[in-house]
Amino acid sequence: MSATQPEQSTATAAQGASPLFPFVLQLADTSLILAHRLSEWCGHGPVLEQDLALANISLDLLGEARSYYQYAAELEGKGRTEDDLAYLRSAVEYRNPLLVEQPNGDFAHTIVRQFLFDNFHYQLLKGLKDGPDARLASIAEKSLKEAAYHLKWSSEWIIRLGDGTDESRKRLDKAIATLWRFAGELTTPTATESQLQELGLVPDYVALWPAIQAHTAHVLAEATVPEPPAPVAQLGGKTGRHSEHLGYLLAELQYLQRTYPGLTW
Amino acid sequence: MVTTSPPAPTEAHIWQVLEEVSDPEVPVLSIIDLGIVRAVAVAGEHITVTITPTYSGCPAMSAIATDIRLRLLAEGYNQLTIKNQLTPAWTTDWMSLAGRQKLEAYGIAPPIDGTATGHVLNLFGQDTAVRCPLCKSEHTHLVSQFGSTACKALYQCDDCREPFDYFKCHA
Repeated sequence: MSATQPEQSTATAAQGASPLFPFVLQLADTSLILAHRLSEWCGHGPVLEQDLALANISLDLLGEARSYYQYAAELEGKGRTEDDLAYLRSAVEYRNPLLVEQPNGDFAHTIVRQFLFDNFHYQLLKGLKDGPDARLASIAEKSLKEAAYHLKWSSEWIIRLGDGTDESRKRLDKAIATLWRFAGELTTPTATESQLQELGLVPDYVALWPAIQAHTAHVLAEATVPEPPAPVAQLGGKTGRHSEHLGYLLAELQYLQRTYPGLTW
Repeated sequence: MVTTSPPAPTEAHIWQVLEEVSDPEVPVLSIIDLGIVRAVAVAGEHITVTITPTYSGCPAMSAIATDIRLRLLAEGYNQLTIKNQLTPAWTTDWMSLAGRQKLEAYGIAPPIDGTATGHVLNLFGQDTAVRCPLCKSEHTHLVSQFGSTACKALYQCDDCREPFDYFKCHA
């Protein structure tokens, strides 16, 4: 497939690189890391149907990540492939937000992480779908249909756990207390994102916020869970400052290519 | 060994040949039934087949591309390009009527048009009555939106109690 050459090359024309490259890479890293985390559940889900759901969502995100990595490789134009970008970059080069690298914990923990991500992801894809970059818009159009199922699934589970048994509620509360602080990074633009938002290439997160907030309020109300006070956002992942968890994750994800460089099926 | 040169490819013939390539995960369906072949273009001896994935992570896509290549090679066509295209995104509306009938006969409930889960806020809502492919009852319930493959949901019939796959509507 031929690359869609972005017309908007003014911002970094001096360096000859596409200004979209770091952002597309960030999207790719985000979907890949969460896909990997969810794949860790495979065979360990609480019941068979939910084990399948977790694996399905993981697969959707992996497919989305591949589309972004392929595009990123073309945008960079240095001969790196999607595999090079996924398997041969170190933790400090990864640009995923901290939320998605957080360990699975128990099922409630995984659900809260997924809900915070899905709620943002769904609105972001809606924005990208209508954006000016044709290639990003086509990936977003495809992924949006899948993200709708993901958000429905994680929203329903927040409600079941919150309005379920004492035990499920206790676990949900604990997961919210642990993970809510990582939500803010999703909608806090980095310098790169701000620049692209000014160029109109990336949706303005301020404009996405009301829909994200409204859905959160609706789901928490249904779950009978009081809305947690907005904590100070933990930032860092999108600029390469990660928690220790990412290194362990990458050690497993990249093991084969690091140990046997160039290995193929 | 006597080799005969293949007939010059025509688009109509290529479409016909592609009818014989089946979906590796739902073998009763051809890739034409499924609606994932978007275009066939013939330029001289060169054939370009454009396909679109049903779901982003569908692991069958590379198998399907290989099967197309092998099937066309078997016909003697060796100048081939298989292109992947994301837009417009695949929808179950592209599934042929024949495909839907084959699906139901195979034991998978076919997608019901216009019931795609676009309305995310409709939590715990279900697609409209999905008919049991075995006993044809419409008393069925959703077990999980995520089934044995990315394109299917898991249902159970409340009358004959049989669990079955439903090919999710995706519009």
